[in-house]
Amino acid sequence: MPRGASAPPANTKMPDTSVRKEAVVAKPAAQTSNMSVLAPALGWLIPGAGHLIQKRWIRGFLLMGSVVIMFVLGLLMQGRVYRPNGGDVLAILGFVGDVGAGGLYIVTRALDMGHGIVAHATADYGTKYIIVAGLLNFICVADAYHIAIGKKA
Amino acid sequence: MILTLSHFSAALLFSVFASTVFGITQRETARNQFRYGLYCFAMFMGGLIVAGWVMWVLRH
Repeated sequence: MPRGASAPPANTKMPDTSVRKEAVVAKPAAQTSNMSVLAPALGWLIPGAGHLIQKRWIRGFLLMGSVVIMFVLGLLMQGRVYRPNGGDVLAILGFVGDVGAGGLYIVTRALDMGHGIVAHATADYGTKYIIVAGLLNFICVADAYHIAIGKKA
Repeated sequence: MILTLSHFSAALLFSVFASTVFGITQRETARNQFRYGLYCFAMFMGGLIVAGWVMWVLRH
């Protein structure tokens, strides 16, 4: 304490700066936490939406276009959409791939599409298109999460 | 409506869409994303052509 300065009285309360600092730090952390849950969930449900919600417009629309067009082309080629209770191990793996497309898979099942015509020559290509569209959407979801937590610019 | 694609056109479209997703998700900057997307596309198409010739050689 400098010479001549008087000491504060014993009953004077010093401002508690630690509480204010925590409040300032906690706010962005909470936002990051919300986005790190919301972006992947939305990105799974609507392909590309995980990027769009974080204002990555061009990336989001490109990813959305790629996954949606691939899934629709697969359906138009009479590809098969796997059910959860396929029984066969390959059918279960196919289901895991398909379910990656999120909302597209739900809508397809709701409309009872994707039975696939085995006799059709390109039906097998279509099945693979649908599976890969779902798997690519898993990659998009992971990317949206990495952007949300700040791991990727 | 039934879409009928040849094996080559199906593989070409597959390469375009998969390369787009790989490019965007695996690199940071726009320039690197574009370059990596092109690289993946070239690898897909190159692999397709090489595999086709290998099968032709095995057949003959």
